[in-house]
Amino acid sequence: MSIFRYPRPPASEITPRSVWLSRRDLLATGLAGAIVPPGLMGSAPARAAPLTARSGGQSAEGLTPTPFQDVTHYNNFYEFGLEKTDPAERSGGFHPHPWTVRVDGLVAHPRTYDIDALLARPLQERLYRMRCVEAWSMVIPWIGFPLAELLKEVEPLGSAKYVAFESVVRPSEMPGQSGVLPVLEWPYVEGLRLDEALHPLTVLAVGLYGQTLPNQNGAPIRLVVPWKYGFKGAKSVVRIRLTDTRPATSWNLRAPDEYGFYANVNPEVDHPRWSQASERPIGARGGFFGAARKPTLPFNGYGEQVAALYAGMNLRRDF
Amino acid sequence: MIRAVLYAVGLVPAAATFAMGLADRLGADPVNVFERTLGLWAIRFLILSLCVTPLRELAGINLLRYRRALGLLAFWYALFHVTVYVGLDQGFDGAVLLADITRRPFVILGMVAFLIVSVLAATSNAWSIRHLGRRWRAVHRMVYLAGLCAAVHFILSFKLLRVEPLLYAVVMAVLLLYRLLPGTVRRGRLAQR
Ligand code: HEM
Repeated sequence: MSIFRYPRPPASEITPRSVWLSRRDLLATGLAGAIVPPGLMGSAPARAAPLTARSGGQSAEGLTPTPFQDVTHYNNFYEFGLEKTDPAERSGGFHPHPWTVRVDGLVAHPRTYDIDALLARPLQERLYRMRCVEAWSMVIPWIGFPLAELLKEVEPLGSAKYVAFESVVRPSEMPGQSGVLPVLEWPYVEGLRLDEALHPLTVLAVGLYGQTLPNQNGAPIRLVVPWKYGFKGAKSVVRIRLTDTRPATSWNLRAPDEYGFYANVNPEVDHPRWSQASERPIGARGGFFGAARKPTLPFNGYGEQVAALYAGMNLRRDF
Repeated sequence: MIRAVLYAVGLVPAAATFAMGLADRLGADPVNVFERTLGLWAIRFLILSLCVTPLRELAGINLLRYRRALGLLAFWYALFHVTVYVGLDQGFDGAVLLADITRRPFVILGMVAFLIVSVLAATSNAWSIRHLGRRWRAVHRMVYLAGLCAAVHFILSFKLLRVEPLLYAVVMAVLLLYRLLPGTVRRGRLAQR
Protein backbone atom coordinates (compact mmCIF):
# COMPACT_ATOMS: atom_id res chain seq x y z
CA MET A 1 0.00 0.00 0.00
CA SER A 2 1.53 3.28 -1.06
CA ILE A 3 0.63 6.51 0.64
CA PHE A 4 0.65 9.75 -1.29
CA ARG A 5 3.10 12.38 -0.10
CA TYR A 6 2.38 15.89 -1.20
CA PRO A 7 5.23 18.36 -1.20
CA ARG A 8 5.36 19.78 2.31
CA PRO A 9 7.10 22.93 3.41
CA PRO A 10 10.07 22.15 5.64
CA ALA A 11 9.15 21.89 9.30
CA SER A 12 10.95 25.13 10.07
CA GLU A 13 8.49 27.01 7.86
CA ILE A 14 5.39 25.54 9.40
CA THR A 15 3.70 27.91 11.80
CA PRO A 16 2.41 26.16 14.89
CA ARG A 17 -1.37 26.13 14.85
CA SER A 18 -1.62 28.15 18.07
CA VAL A 19 0.41 30.90 16.44
CA TRP A 20 -1.63 31.14 13.26
CA LEU A 21 -4.85 31.00 15.16
CA SER A 22 -3.82 34.01 17.20
CA ARG A 23 -2.55 35.67 14.04
CA ARG A 24 -6.03 35.28 12.60
CA ASP A 25 -7.47 37.01 15.63
CA LEU A 26 -5.01 39.80 15.09
CA LEU A 27 -6.08 40.09 11.49
CA ALA A 28 -9.63 40.31 12.63
CA THR A 29 -8.91 43.13 15.02
CA GLY A 30 -7.05 45.09 12.39
CA LEU A 31 -3.95 45.32 14.53
CA ALA A 32 -2.19 42.98 12.23
CA GLY A 33 -0.95 45.61 9.84
CA ALA A 34 1.19 47.07 12.55
CA ILE A 35 2.63 43.77 13.72
CA VAL A 36 2.76 41.27 10.89
CA PRO A 37 4.95 42.21 7.94
CA PRO A 38 2.71 42.87 4.91
CA GLY A 39 4.18 39.94 3.01
CA LEU A 40 2.86 37.56 5.60
CA MET A 41 -0.66 38.88 5.51
CA GLY A 42 -1.58 38.67 1.87
CA SER A 43 -5.18 38.46 0.68
CA ALA A 44 -7.78 36.05 1.96
CA PRO A 45 -6.61 32.89 0.19
CA ALA A 46 -3.12 33.41 1.55
CA ARG A 47 -4.49 32.98 5.06
CA ALA A 48 -4.32 29.24 4.57
CA ALA A 49 -2.44 27.69 7.41
CA PRO A 50 -0.52 24.45 7.37
CA LEU A 51 -2.23 21.41 8.84
CA THR A 52 -0.57 18.27 10.02
CA ALA A 53 -2.24 14.95 9.42
CA ARG A 54 -1.38 11.33 9.57
CA SER A 55 -2.17 9.05 6.70
CA GLY A 56 -5.77 7.96 6.54
CA GLY A 57 -4.65 4.48 5.61
CA GLN A 58 -6.25 4.78 2.19
CA SER A 59 -4.43 3.07 -0.61
CA ALA A 60 -3.17 5.68 -3.03
CA GLU A 61 -2.16 3.12 -5.63
CA GLY A 62 -1.94 4.69 -9.05
CA LEU A 63 -3.46 8.02 -8.03
CA THR A 64 -1.67 11.17 -9.08
CA PRO A 65 -3.03 14.25 -7.36
CA THR A 66 -4.47 16.99 -9.54
CA PRO A 67 -2.22 20.06 -9.34
CA PHE A 68 -3.00 22.41 -6.43
CA GLN A 69 -3.62 25.25 -8.88
CA ASP A 70 -6.45 23.34 -10.60
CA VAL A 71 -7.93 21.95 -7.40
CA THR A 72 -8.26 25.53 -6.18
CA HIS A 73 -9.14 27.33 -9.43
CA TYR A 74 -11.56 25.00 -11.20
CA ASN A 75 -14.51 24.76 -8.85
CA ASN A 76 -18.25 24.45 -8.81
CA PHE A 77 -19.41 26.47 -5.82
CA TYR A 78 -22.50 28.29 -7.04
CA GLU A 79 -22.68 30.45 -3.92
CA PHE A 80 -19.83 32.39 -5.54
CA GLY A 81 -20.99 32.24 -9.18
CA LEU A 82 -21.60 29.83 -12.02
CA GLU A 83 -18.23 29.90 -13.75
CA LYS A 84 -15.51 27.49 -12.72
CA THR A 85 -13.22 30.43 -12.05
CA ASP A 86 -15.75 32.37 -9.96
CA PRO A 87 -15.15 30.65 -6.61
CA ALA A 88 -11.43 31.46 -6.65
CA GLU A 89 -11.98 34.99 -7.94
CA ARG A 90 -15.00 35.97 -5.88
CA SER A 91 -14.49 34.31 -2.50
CA GLY A 92 -11.90 36.76 -1.16
CA GLY A 93 -14.47 38.48 1.05
CA PHE A 94 -15.67 35.29 2.70
CA HIS A 95 -14.87 34.83 6.40
CA PRO A 96 -14.50 31.19 7.42
CA HIS A 97 -13.41 32.14 10.92
CA PRO A 98 -14.90 32.29 13.52
CA TRP A 99 -17.21 29.38 12.66
CA THR A 100 -19.36 26.84 14.42
CA VAL A 101 -21.07 23.68 13.28
CA ARG A 102 -24.31 22.72 15.01
CA VAL A 103 -25.00 18.98 15.21
CA ASP A 104 -28.53 18.21 16.37
CA GLY A 105 -31.82 16.57 15.46
CA LEU A 106 -32.42 13.00 16.55
CA VAL A 107 -29.38 12.72 18.79
CA ALA A 108 -28.89 12.19 22.51
CA HIS A 109 -26.40 15.05 22.92
CA PRO A 110 -26.84 17.93 20.48
CA ARG A 111 -23.65 19.97 20.30
CA THR A 112 -22.15 23.03 18.72
CA TYR A 113 -18.59 22.53 17.59
CA ASP A 114 -16.15 25.37 17.23
CA ILE A 115 -14.00 25.16 14.12
CA ASP A 116 -10.82 25.63 16.15
CA ALA A 117 -11.70 22.60 18.23
CA LEU A 118 -12.36 20.59 15.08
CA LEU A 119 -9.02 21.68 13.61
CA ALA A 120 -7.30 20.59 16.80
CA ARG A 121 -8.50 17.00 16.45
CA PRO A 122 -6.21 14.30 15.13
CA LEU A 123 -6.54 14.76 11.38
CA GLN A 124 -6.05 12.29 8.59
CA GLU A 125 -5.06 12.69 4.99
CA ARG A 126 -7.27 11.04 2.38
CA LEU A 127 -6.20 11.02 -1.25
CA TYR A 128 -9.56 10.63 -2.98
CA ARG A 129 -10.86 10.57 -6.50
CA MET A 130 -13.48 13.28 -7.08
CA ARG A 131 -15.97 12.74 -9.88
CA CYS A 132 -18.17 15.66 -10.86
CA VAL A 133 -21.62 14.97 -12.28
CA GLU A 134 -20.47 17.06 -15.26
CA ALA A 135 -18.16 14.19 -16.28
CA TRP A 136 -14.81 15.58 -15.19
CA SER A 137 -12.65 14.32 -12.37
CA MET A 138 -9.80 15.17 -10.05
CA VAL A 139 -7.68 13.49 -7.40
CA ILE A 140 -7.52 15.53 -4.19
CA PRO A 141 -5.42 15.10 -1.03
CA TRP A 142 -8.04 16.05 1.57
CA ILE A 143 -7.32 16.51 5.25
CA GLY A 144 -10.09 15.85 7.72
CA PHE A 145 -11.66 13.28 9.98
CA PRO A 146 -14.39 10.67 9.55
CA LEU A 147 -17.90 12.11 9.95
CA ALA A 148 -18.63 9.00 12.03
CA GLU A 149 -16.45 10.43 14.84
CA LEU A 150 -18.75 13.42 15.30
CA LEU A 151 -21.89 11.40 14.90
CA LYS A 152 -20.80 8.94 17.57
CA GLU A 153 -20.09 11.79 19.97
CA VAL A 154 -23.63 13.15 19.67
CA GLU A 155 -25.11 9.63 19.80
CA PRO A 156 -27.80 9.27 17.14
CA LEU A 157 -31.12 8.02 18.50
CA GLY A 158 -32.50 4.73 17.27
CA SER A 159 -35.05 6.64 15.22
CA ALA A 160 -32.37 8.53 13.22
CA LYS A 161 -32.22 7.26 9.64
CA TYR A 162 -30.72 10.14 7.67
CA VAL A 163 -28.22 12.94 8.07
CA ALA A 164 -28.99 16.38 6.62
CA PHE A 165 -26.27 18.93 5.86
CA GLU A 166 -26.78 22.65 5.55
CA SER A 167 -24.35 25.15 4.05
CA VAL A 168 -23.96 28.76 5.07
CA VAL A 169 -26.10 31.61 3.71
CA ARG A 170 -24.25 34.94 3.48
CA PRO A 171 -25.34 36.92 0.45
CA SER A 172 -23.07 39.78 1.49
CA GLU A 173 -20.00 37.55 1.25
CA MET A 174 -21.22 35.11 -1.40
CA PRO A 175 -22.11 37.01 -4.57
CA GLY A 176 -23.73 33.98 -6.19
CA GLN A 177 -26.48 33.97 -3.57
CA SER A 178 -28.00 37.18 -4.88
CA GLY A 179 -28.11 36.67 -8.65
CA VAL A 180 -30.94 37.57 -11.04
CA LEU A 181 -31.85 34.14 -12.36
CA PRO A 182 -32.91 31.42 -9.97
CA VAL A 183 -29.89 29.23 -9.36
CA LEU A 184 -30.55 26.96 -6.40
CA GLU A 185 -32.47 27.53 -3.21
CA TRP A 186 -30.25 28.74 -0.39
CA PRO A 187 -29.07 27.34 1.89
CA TYR A 188 -27.54 24.55 -0.14
CA VAL A 189 -28.74 21.35 1.46
CA GLU A 190 -27.51 17.79 1.10
CA GLY A 191 -28.18 14.49 2.77
CA LEU A 192 -26.98 10.95 3.33
CA ARG A 193 -28.50 7.81 4.71
CA LEU A 194 -27.17 7.24 8.23
CA ASP A 195 -25.18 4.16 7.19
CA GLU A 196 -23.56 6.14 4.37
CA ALA A 197 -22.73 8.94 6.79
CA LEU A 198 -21.17 6.47 9.23
CA HIS A 199 -19.08 4.79 6.54
CA PRO A 200 -15.36 5.19 7.25
CA LEU A 201 -14.74 6.69 3.79
CA THR A 202 -17.09 9.60 4.51
CA VAL A 203 -15.12 12.52 5.91
CA LEU A 204 -15.51 16.10 6.99
CA ALA A 205 -12.60 17.87 5.34
CA VAL A 206 -10.99 20.91 6.91
CA GLY A 207 -8.01 21.09 4.58
CA LEU A 208 -6.34 19.95 1.38
CA TYR A 209 -2.78 19.76 0.17
CA GLY A 210 -1.49 20.11 3.70
CA GLN A 211 -3.25 23.36 4.54
CA THR A 212 -6.60 24.65 5.72
CA LEU A 213 -9.37 24.67 3.10
CA PRO A 214 -9.24 27.62 0.73
CA ASN A 215 -12.53 29.55 0.65
CA GLN A 216 -13.29 28.33 -2.86
CA ASN A 217 -13.13 24.69 -1.76
CA GLY A 218 -15.72 25.04 0.99
CA ALA A 219 -13.89 26.62 3.92
CA PRO A 220 -13.72 26.03 6.73
CA ILE A 221 -15.37 22.59 6.71
CA ARG A 222 -17.06 20.48 4.07
CA LEU A 223 -18.39 17.03 3.42
CA VAL A 224 -16.48 14.59 1.18
CA VAL A 225 -18.16 11.38 0.01
CA PRO A 226 -15.77 9.97 -2.58
CA TRP A 227 -18.08 7.39 -4.17
CA LYS A 228 -20.76 9.97 -4.96
CA TYR A 229 -20.90 12.82 -7.46
CA GLY A 230 -19.20 15.95 -6.21
CA PHE A 231 -22.40 17.89 -5.59
CA LYS A 232 -23.14 15.64 -2.58
CA GLY A 233 -20.20 17.26 -0.82
CA ALA A 234 -21.88 20.19 0.92
CA LYS A 235 -19.40 23.03 1.44
CA SER A 236 -19.03 25.55 4.27
CA VAL A 237 -21.27 23.42 6.48
CA VAL A 238 -22.99 25.11 9.43
CA ARG A 239 -25.45 22.46 10.50
CA ILE A 240 -25.68 18.68 10.56
CA ARG A 241 -29.06 17.32 11.53
CA LEU A 242 -30.16 13.74 12.09
CA THR A 243 -33.64 12.95 10.86
CA ASP A 244 -36.04 10.06 10.41
CA THR A 245 -37.19 11.20 6.97
CA ARG A 246 -35.15 11.59 3.83
CA PRO A 247 -33.90 15.18 3.73
CA ALA A 248 -34.38 17.39 0.70
CA THR A 249 -31.24 17.91 -1.38
CA SER A 250 -30.53 21.00 -3.47
CA TRP A 251 -29.91 19.58 -6.94
CA ASN A 252 -32.69 17.08 -6.56
CA LEU A 253 -35.08 19.94 -5.76
CA ARG A 254 -33.91 21.80 -8.87
CA ALA A 255 -34.11 18.89 -11.33
CA PRO A 256 -35.38 15.62 -9.81
CA ASP A 257 -35.08 13.69 -13.07
CA GLU A 258 -31.42 14.63 -13.44
CA TYR A 259 -30.04 14.45 -9.90
CA GLY A 260 -31.12 11.73 -7.51
CA PHE A 261 -30.80 11.54 -3.75
CA TYR A 262 -28.14 8.84 -3.87
CA ALA A 263 -26.04 10.25 -6.70
CA ASN A 264 -23.63 7.33 -6.54
CA VAL A 265 -21.08 7.51 -9.33
CA ASN A 266 -22.40 5.06 -11.90
CA PRO A 267 -21.08 4.77 -15.45
CA GLU A 268 -24.21 2.88 -16.44
CA VAL A 269 -26.77 5.46 -15.46
CA ASP A 270 -26.41 8.46 -17.73
CA HIS A 271 -27.37 11.98 -16.99
CA PRO A 272 -30.29 12.73 -19.33
CA ARG A 273 -28.11 15.21 -21.21
CA TRP A 274 -24.74 13.49 -21.24
CA SER A 275 -23.11 10.13 -20.78
CA GLN A 276 -21.56 9.19 -17.45
CA ALA A 277 -19.55 6.33 -18.95
CA SER A 278 -16.30 8.27 -19.02
CA GLU A 279 -14.69 11.37 -17.58
CA ARG A 280 -12.17 14.07 -18.48
CA PRO A 281 -9.37 14.21 -15.92
CA ILE A 282 -8.72 17.84 -15.00
CA GLY A 283 -5.30 19.39 -14.98
CA ALA A 284 -3.38 16.68 -16.76
CA ARG A 285 -1.59 19.52 -18.53
CA GLY A 286 -0.19 19.21 -22.01
CA GLY A 287 -3.08 21.08 -23.62
CA PHE A 288 -5.53 19.24 -25.85
CA PHE A 289 -3.79 15.92 -25.83
CA GLY A 290 -2.72 15.82 -22.20
CA ALA A 291 -5.79 14.16 -20.81
CA ALA A 292 -7.52 11.42 -22.70
CA ARG A 293 -10.95 10.56 -21.38
CA LYS A 294 -10.88 7.59 -19.09
CA PRO A 295 -13.63 5.19 -18.15
CA THR A 296 -15.63 6.06 -15.05
CA LEU A 297 -15.60 3.36 -12.38
CA PRO A 298 -18.70 2.13 -10.53
CA PHE A 299 -18.87 3.93 -7.16
CA ASN A 300 -15.95 5.96 -8.45
CA GLY A 301 -13.62 3.04 -7.77
CA TYR A 302 -14.75 2.53 -4.16
CA GLY A 303 -17.15 -0.30 -4.91
CA GLU A 304 -15.22 -2.81 -2.87
CA GLN A 305 -15.77 -0.70 0.23
CA VAL A 306 -19.29 0.63 -0.34
CA ALA A 307 -21.23 -1.56 -2.77
CA ALA A 308 -22.62 -3.58 0.15
CA LEU A 309 -24.50 -0.50 1.36
CA TYR A 310 -26.72 -0.81 -1.68
CA ALA A 311 -27.21 -4.57 -1.84
CA GLY A 312 -30.55 -5.44 -3.37
CA MET A 313 -31.29 -1.89 -4.52
CA ASN A 314 -32.13 -0.97 -8.08
CA LEU A 315 -29.49 1.67 -8.73
CA ARG A 316 -31.13 2.72 -11.98
CA ARG A 317 -34.24 3.76 -10.15
CA ASP A 318 -32.46 5.01 -7.03
CA PHE A 319 -29.84 6.99 -8.89
CA MET B 1 -11.60 41.32 -51.25
CA ILE B 2 -13.57 42.35 -48.19
CA ARG B 3 -15.02 38.86 -48.21
CA ALA B 4 -11.57 37.31 -48.03
CA VAL B 5 -10.80 39.55 -45.06
CA LEU B 6 -14.08 38.52 -43.45
CA TYR B 7 -13.15 34.83 -43.73
CA ALA B 8 -9.69 35.51 -42.40
CA VAL B 9 -10.87 37.59 -39.45
CA GLY B 10 -13.76 35.23 -38.82
CA LEU B 11 -11.42 32.31 -38.35
CA VAL B 12 -9.17 34.15 -35.90
CA PRO B 13 -11.08 33.01 -32.76
CA ALA B 14 -10.71 29.38 -33.81
CA ALA B 15 -7.03 29.74 -34.64
CA ALA B 16 -6.25 31.74 -31.52
CA THR B 17 -8.06 29.30 -29.23
CA PHE B 18 -6.40 26.36 -30.93
CA ALA B 19 -2.96 27.96 -30.50
CA MET B 20 -3.66 28.65 -26.84
CA GLY B 21 -4.74 25.06 -26.41
CA LEU B 22 -1.54 23.78 -27.96
CA ALA B 23 0.41 26.04 -25.61
CA ASP B 24 -1.62 24.69 -22.68
CA ARG B 25 -3.09 28.09 -21.92
CA LEU B 26 -6.78 27.21 -21.83
CA GLY B 27 -6.90 26.38 -18.15
CA ALA B 28 -7.71 23.15 -16.40
CA ASP B 29 -10.11 21.71 -18.96
CA PRO B 30 -8.77 22.83 -22.35
CA VAL B 31 -10.82 20.49 -24.51
CA ASN B 32 -14.07 21.73 -23.04
CA VAL B 33 -13.07 25.38 -23.42
CA PHE B 34 -12.14 24.83 -27.08
CA GLU B 35 -15.33 22.88 -27.75
CA ARG B 36 -17.48 25.58 -26.16
CA THR B 37 -15.66 28.47 -27.81
CA LEU B 38 -16.24 26.91 -31.22
CA GLY B 39 -19.93 26.32 -30.50
CA LEU B 40 -20.31 29.89 -29.34
CA TRP B 41 -18.80 31.30 -32.52
CA ALA B 42 -20.94 28.96 -34.62
CA ILE B 43 -24.12 30.40 -33.13
CA ARG B 44 -22.73 33.94 -33.34
CA PHE B 45 -22.13 33.65 -37.07
CA LEU B 46 -25.50 31.99 -37.53
CA ILE B 47 -27.11 34.98 -35.84
CA LEU B 48 -25.06 37.45 -37.88
CA SER B 49 -26.12 35.77 -41.11
CA LEU B 50 -29.75 36.04 -40.01
CA CYS B 51 -29.32 39.78 -39.34
CA VAL B 52 -28.58 40.57 -42.97
CA THR B 53 -32.18 40.62 -44.21
CA PRO B 54 -33.71 42.71 -41.40
CA LEU B 55 -30.82 45.15 -41.59
CA ARG B 56 -31.50 45.66 -45.26
CA GLU B 57 -35.24 45.91 -44.91
CA LEU B 58 -35.42 48.00 -41.78
CA ALA B 59 -32.27 50.08 -41.86
CA GLY B 60 -31.43 50.05 -45.52
CA ILE B 61 -28.00 48.62 -44.84
CA ASN B 62 -27.11 46.15 -47.54
CA LEU B 63 -24.73 43.41 -46.48
CA LEU B 64 -26.13 40.79 -48.82
CA ARG B 65 -22.73 40.23 -50.38
CA TYR B 66 -21.38 39.00 -47.06
CA ARG B 67 -24.26 36.76 -46.10
CA ARG B 68 -22.80 33.67 -47.67
CA ALA B 69 -19.48 34.22 -45.92
CA LEU B 70 -21.23 34.61 -42.57
CA GLY B 71 -23.26 31.45 -43.15
CA LEU B 72 -20.19 29.52 -44.21
CA LEU B 73 -18.29 30.69 -41.13
CA ALA B 74 -21.17 29.37 -39.01
CA PHE B 75 -20.83 26.06 -40.85
CA TRP B 76 -17.05 25.88 -40.36
CA TYR B 77 -17.34 26.61 -36.67
CA ALA B 78 -20.09 24.03 -36.28
CA LEU B 79 -17.88 21.53 -38.11
CA PHE B 80 -14.89 22.30 -35.84
CA HIS B 81 -17.18 22.16 -32.80
CA VAL B 82 -18.53 18.73 -33.74
CA THR B 83 -15.05 17.50 -34.67
CA VAL B 84 -13.67 18.50 -31.28
CA TYR B 85 -16.62 16.83 -29.59
CA VAL B 86 -16.22 13.61 -31.55
CA GLY B 87 -12.44 13.50 -31.60
CA LEU B 88 -10.78 15.36 -28.74
CA ASP B 89 -13.63 15.05 -26.25
CA GLN B 90 -15.14 11.62 -26.89
CA GLY B 91 -12.00 10.12 -28.44
CA PHE B 92 -13.96 8.71 -31.42
CA ASP B 93 -15.77 6.34 -29.06
CA GLY B 94 -18.46 5.02 -31.37
CA ALA B 95 -20.70 3.52 -28.69
CA VAL B 96 -20.84 6.70 -26.62
CA LEU B 97 -21.41 8.80 -29.72
CA LEU B 98 -24.22 6.60 -30.94
CA ALA B 99 -25.90 6.71 -27.54
CA ASP B 100 -25.47 10.48 -27.40
CA ILE B 101 -26.75 11.12 -30.88
CA THR B 102 -29.75 8.84 -30.62
CA ARG B 103 -30.87 9.42 -27.06
CA ARG B 104 -30.03 12.89 -25.86
CA PRO B 105 -32.26 15.76 -27.03
CA PHE B 106 -29.44 18.18 -26.28
CA VAL B 107 -27.14 16.46 -28.76
CA ILE B 108 -29.93 15.68 -31.24
CA LEU B 109 -30.79 19.37 -31.47
CA GLY B 110 -27.13 20.19 -32.12
CA MET B 111 -27.02 17.47 -34.75
CA VAL B 112 -30.12 18.74 -36.55
CA ALA B 113 -28.64 22.24 -36.59
CA PHE B 114 -25.35 20.89 -37.88
CA LEU B 115 -26.92 18.77 -40.62
CA ILE B 116 -28.91 21.75 -41.82
CA VAL B 117 -25.98 24.15 -41.94
CA SER B 118 -24.01 21.44 -43.75
CA VAL B 119 -26.66 21.15 -46.43
CA LEU B 120 -26.80 24.91 -46.72
CA ALA B 121 -23.03 25.16 -47.00
CA ALA B 122 -22.98 22.46 -49.67
CA THR B 123 -25.64 24.30 -51.69
CA SER B 124 -24.28 27.80 -51.22
CA ASN B 125 -22.43 27.87 -54.53
CA ALA B 126 -23.58 29.50 -57.75
CA TRP B 127 -24.04 26.15 -59.41
CA SER B 128 -26.56 25.00 -56.79
CA ILE B 129 -28.41 28.27 -56.91
CA ARG B 130 -28.80 27.94 -60.67
CA HIS B 131 -29.78 24.29 -60.64
CA LEU B 132 -32.09 24.36 -57.67
CA GLY B 133 -33.90 27.43 -58.97
CA ARG B 134 -36.96 28.19 -56.86
CA ARG B 135 -36.27 25.26 -54.59
CA TRP B 136 -33.03 26.87 -53.43
CA ARG B 137 -34.92 29.43 -51.37
CA ALA B 138 -37.10 26.72 -49.86
CA VAL B 139 -34.01 24.71 -48.92
CA HIS B 140 -32.30 27.70 -47.39
CA ARG B 141 -35.31 28.55 -45.27
CA MET B 142 -34.25 25.57 -43.17
CA VAL B 143 -31.76 27.94 -41.59
CA TYR B 144 -34.60 29.11 -39.34
CA LEU B 145 -34.98 25.62 -37.93
CA ALA B 146 -31.20 25.42 -37.50
CA GLY B 147 -31.24 28.68 -35.55
CA LEU B 148 -34.03 27.45 -33.30
CA CYS B 149 -32.29 24.13 -32.60
CA ALA B 150 -28.95 25.81 -31.95
CA ALA B 151 -30.48 28.27 -29.47
CA VAL B 152 -32.19 25.50 -27.49
CA HIS B 153 -29.04 23.38 -27.68
CA PHE B 154 -27.10 26.29 -26.16
CA ILE B 155 -29.61 26.64 -23.31
CA LEU B 156 -29.49 22.91 -22.59
CA SER B 157 -25.69 22.79 -22.54
CA PHE B 158 -25.66 24.06 -18.94
CA LYS B 159 -26.94 22.46 -15.76
CA LEU B 160 -29.02 25.53 -14.99
CA LEU B 161 -30.75 28.32 -16.86
CA ARG B 162 -28.10 30.92 -17.56
CA VAL B 163 -28.26 34.51 -18.70
CA GLU B 164 -25.96 34.20 -21.72
CA PRO B 165 -27.78 31.45 -23.64
CA LEU B 166 -31.09 33.11 -22.83
CA LEU B 167 -29.88 36.38 -24.37
CA TYR B 168 -28.81 34.51 -27.50
CA ALA B 169 -32.18 32.76 -27.57
CA VAL B 170 -34.03 36.07 -27.33
CA VAL B 171 -31.99 37.55 -30.20
CA MET B 172 -32.60 34.39 -32.21
CA ALA B 173 -36.32 34.49 -31.46
CA VAL B 174 -36.58 38.13 -32.56
CA LEU B 175 -34.77 37.34 -35.80
CA LEU B 176 -37.02 34.35 -36.51
CA LEU B 177 -40.27 36.09 -35.55
CA TYR B 178 -39.32 38.95 -37.83
CA ARG B 179 -39.65 36.53 -40.74
CA LEU B 180 -43.30 36.04 -39.85
CA LEU B 181 -44.15 39.72 -40.24
CA PRO B 182 -46.26 40.61 -43.29
CA GLY B 183 -44.29 41.81 -46.28
CA THR B 184 -45.79 45.31 -46.14
CA VAL B 185 -44.29 45.91 -42.70
CA ARG B 186 -40.99 44.35 -43.59
CA ARG B 187 -40.38 46.12 -46.83
CA GLY B 188 -41.53 49.52 -45.64
CA ARG B 189 -38.07 50.95 -45.74
CA LEU B 190 -37.17 49.47 -49.09
CA ALA B 191 -40.43 50.66 -50.67
CA GLN B 192 -39.73 54.23 -49.65
CA ARG B 193 -36.68 54.35 -51.79
C1 HEM C 1 -24.95 24.36 -35.86
C2 HEM C 1 -24.69 23.48 -34.94
C3 HEM C 1 -24.28 23.77 -33.52
C4 HEM C 1 -24.20 24.98 -32.86
C5 HEM C 1 -24.49 26.38 -33.37
C6 HEM C 1 -23.77 24.67 -31.51
C7 HEM C 1 -23.58 25.63 -30.53
C8 HEM C 1 -23.19 25.35 -29.26
C9 HEM C 1 -23.01 26.35 -28.23
C10 HEM C 1 -23.25 27.84 -28.41
C11 HEM C 1 -22.60 25.71 -27.10
C12 HEM C 1 -22.28 26.32 -25.74
C13 HEM C 1 -21.02 27.10 -25.84
C14 HEM C 1 -20.70 27.85 -24.58
O1 HEM C 1 -20.73 27.25 -23.51
O2 HEM C 1 -20.40 29.04 -24.65
C15 HEM C 1 -22.52 24.30 -27.40
C16 HEM C 1 -22.13 23.32 -26.50
C17 HEM C 1 -22.01 22.00 -26.84
N1 HEM C 1 -22.29 21.42 -28.06
FE1 HEM C 1 -22.94 22.36 -29.70
N2 HEM C 1 -23.60 23.33 -31.38
C18 HEM C 1 -23.90 22.75 -32.60
C19 HEM C 1 -23.84 21.40 -32.90
C20 HEM C 1 -23.43 20.42 -32.03
C21 HEM C 1 -23.38 19.02 -32.33
C22 HEM C 1 -23.76 18.40 -33.66
C23 HEM C 1 -22.92 18.39 -31.22
C24 HEM C 1 -22.66 16.93 -30.96
C25 HEM C 1 -22.78 15.97 -31.81
C26 HEM C 1 -22.68 19.38 -30.22
C27 HEM C 1 -22.20 19.13 -28.95
C28 HEM C 1 -22.04 20.07 -27.97
C29 HEM C 1 -21.60 19.76 -26.63
C30 HEM C 1 -21.26 18.38 -26.11
C31 HEM C 1 -21.58 20.97 -25.93
C32 HEM C 1 -21.26 21.17 -24.46
C33 HEM C 1 -19.87 20.94 -24.14
C34 HEM C 1 -19.77 20.59 -22.68
O3 HEM C 1 -19.86 19.41 -22.35
O4 HEM C 1 -19.58 21.48 -21.87
N3 HEM C 1 -23.01 20.61 -30.74
N4 HEM C 1 -22.87 24.12 -28.73
